[in-house]
Amino acid sequence: MDAVRPDPARSAAAGGYNFAYLDEATKRMIRRALLKALAIPGHQVPFGAREMPLPYGWGTGGIQVTASVIGPTDVLKVIDQGADDTTNAVSIRRFFARVAGVATTESTRAATIIQTRHRIPETPLSEGQILVFQVPMPEPLFKLEPRVRESTRLHALADYGLMQVKLYEDIVRYGEVATSYNHPVMVAGRYLMSPSPIPAFDNPKLHMNPAILLFGAGREKRIYAVPPYTPVRSLDFEDHPFRPIRAPHACALCGSTESYLDEVIVDDRGGRMHVCSDTDYCRERREGRR
Amino acid sequence: MIGPGFADPVLGAQAAFRALLEATAYPGRVRRIAPQPGWPAALPPAMAALALTLCDQDTPLWQDAGPEVARWLAFHTGAPPARAEEAAFLLCIGAPPPLAALRLGSDEAPQDGATLLLAVASLQEGQGRLTLEGPGIAGAARLEVGGLPPRLLAERAALAPLFPRGLDLVLCAGESIVALPRSIRITEAP
Amino acid sequence: MYVAVKGGERAIAHAHAWLAEIRRGDPAAPEVTLAQLMEQLGLAVDRVMAEGACADRELAALALKQARGDTTEAAFLLRAYRNTLPRFGAAEPVDTAAMRIERRISATFKDLPGGQVLGPTFDYTHRLLDFSLADPGPPPPPAPEAEPEGDATPRVTDVLAEEGLMAREPPGNEEPPDLTREGLRLPAGRALRLQALARGDEGFLVALGYSTQRGYGNAHPFVGEIRVGEVAVEYIPPELGFAIDIGDLLLTECQMVNQFAGSASAPPQFTRGYGLVPGRNERKAMAMALVDRALRAEELGEEKTAPAQDAEFVLYHCDNVESTGFVEHLKLPHYVDFQSELEKLRSLRARWGQEGQ
Repeated sequence: MDAVRPDPARSAAAGGYNFAYLDEATKRMIRRALLKALAIPGHQVPFGAREMPLPYGWGTGGIQVTASVIGPTDVLKVIDQGADDTTNAVSIRRFFARVAGVATTESTRAATIIQTRHRIPETPLSEGQILVFQVPMPEPLFKLEPRVRESTRLHALADYGLMQVKLYEDIVRYGEVATSYNHPVMVAGRYLMSPSPIPAFDNPKLHMNPAILLFGAGREKRIYAVPPYTPVRSLDFEDHPFRPIRAPHACALCGSTESYLDEVIVDDRGGRMHVCSDTDYCRERREGRR
Repeated sequence: MIGPGFADPVLGAQAAFRALLEATAYPGRVRRIAPQPGWPAALPPAMAALALTLCDQDTPLWQDAGPEVARWLAFHTGAPPARAEEAAFLLCIGAPPPLAALRLGSDEAPQDGATLLLAVASLQEGQGRLTLEGPGIAGAARLEVGGLPPRLLAERAALAPLFPRGLDLVLCAGESIVALPRSIRITEAP
Repeated sequence: MYVAVKGGERAIAHAHAWLAEIRRGDPAAPEVTLAQLMEQLGLAVDRVMAEGACADRELAALALKQARGDTTEAAFLLRAYRNTLPRFGAAEPVDTAAMRIERRISATFKDLPGGQVLGPTFDYTHRLLDFSLADPGPPPPPAPEAEPEGDATPRVTDVLAEEGLMAREPPGNEEPPDLTREGLRLPAGRALRLQALARGDEGFLVALGYSTQRGYGNAHPFVGEIRVGEVAVEYIPPELGFAIDIGDLLLTECQMVNQFAGSASAPPQFTRGYGLVPGRNERKAMAMALVDRALRAEELGEEKTAPAQDAEFVLYHCDNVESTGFVEHLKLPHYVDFQSELEKLRSLRARWGQEGQ
């Protein structure tokens, strides 16, 4: 699918805002944070997040990261729940078409920047592509230690015993780790990191990914990153290895038995169908392009 | 008379930042930043571009390129001049100050470690005496640097046990840059 | 396909058209003007201005109109707008001792220089619905005016400080931190805490202040003084090097006087809880002063036991643009995560069934 280029008369300058909305001082501050985040993989860098024209919790961190990175020759894809056509994805894509005048696409391959909420695309990413995650809660320890001062100290000491104990207690109680999404990961053997609430199914895609993975949490005012080709290990135990799960079905539209599926209720008698959550991947398969 | 900054401050900074973002993400790879006329001749153009891109009132700045450069930087960035030990950014065309004396951040805020932009004679990726390993590198990468200060790699290696504290290097040769973030290991063939 | 919220562009456009229609309401009713909002719903406008952290009543009124009267949504609109404005510099500290007083009361002294000025307050009104306001009528007759007493109106806390009974605040000549640019860093100094509280949610602060009165925190507050009025705002342009008057700002200031038992380094004396809010908003200024004092527990060496004394808890939860965004984001689609929960729950139930047999 080709990129869609917006009408320049309706974009950036016409709206009276700076290119990509943010003022240059804010971009500089975010850019400095992004560079330090890449230099210290998995470490949360505090930054002076601004109020954006979208609510906190709706992707303001991702939007600020994208706005600081994006240039006029970029091609942007925005997904929410893996899909290009969910309302929040549509809203964010329209925002950037309007304030940056950039081309947009639904194709994972054609995009240079992909902003995402809750998923990593099924189509493997390649070098130079940038995946921007919207992060609601960057602190992997927050349910175990809500005090920011204390969790900051634990990261400084690389003391992640709390999380190990929690996962172990799951196993004792349930026979398996009860985390199905937002399963914590160790980045480059040093920092415990929240992968943002992606399903555990997507966690292995973080490991040694050739693309640049940037994470923005606007409300919590943190930026972090996983550079390309960086080891990312989902926390587990030798006798209970990490096990990504997907619904044991095939996509009702494209037949994939490998993609992550949405479960759709089709009637009130327990009827269900399963379809790919990644709409671009599903369409490519149906169009016979893979 | 102070020379110009970016002809287009918005898009000029974006392009330069993107080059450094990619260089930092893929350590050892050479990225280029287009030079613009009128920048101080004392600075490699890539270093001048990165200073315009990253420095402002919030970034104490140290440089050793002389008063003309100082005036140019003050006018275009507003970055407060600082001693080397306090600087967030250091623009270095001569022998660099001892790395251990620079800002290295703390265990809780390692991001406060400095960024040292260092002028070198040449950069060539894919071959050479330096072998780079770590995040951003699939396996190992080779790099040749012309005019690397002799003590630099040893001083840098001495900081490695402090990780995540540390500082990040950007080598600038003319229009070319290579980033050497603190997270990677560098070994030098004899 | 049976997938609701997908199929976005058209749905969004139609929803916003509907919003515009319902915002205007029945066209038979006259459209409300910004002047009407500023003049007749001024306290709502002031609240938006304070929580929106942008001292511009006209923009606050516009935000309130656009938000259909939802003050939290309006504050959010104003915040998002203020972020796009260039910064010229920082004004000089305003001097509330030189305020042109419209209201000034003290609960600690019956009379004092400058006098008690009741001003346009709801206090002592009987809360009986006034049905005469139901229909437009002639404007009320002008309120009687008195000549100002002419005295200066010194702050009560300064009077107490003269006698050494009130702890003096440090001069604070260093550049204050800027919450809007650097975000919150802990431990937060008082200047940063006060910034957060000044734009914090009124309801949250009132509830926290109330909790300190009910024993959650060791508070013994007296209203030393509440004053409302205009102060001059001055700015020193670098090219001039001297202060120029760039306008007036209407403020509400509350100084709470609190007991302090003293310590090894300080004699027993009063300590201050401070509240300052743009516009007329006495309730918030008072609540802010209570919470400010509670948050000083640590520096004053008091036992820290109550929610209102926990700076991290208070400061991370007082901002309603942050809190409402995150609470409301739960209505966004979460089907990917929910799907993984479904599969996990099915797996756990299957295991439970096997082990139960």
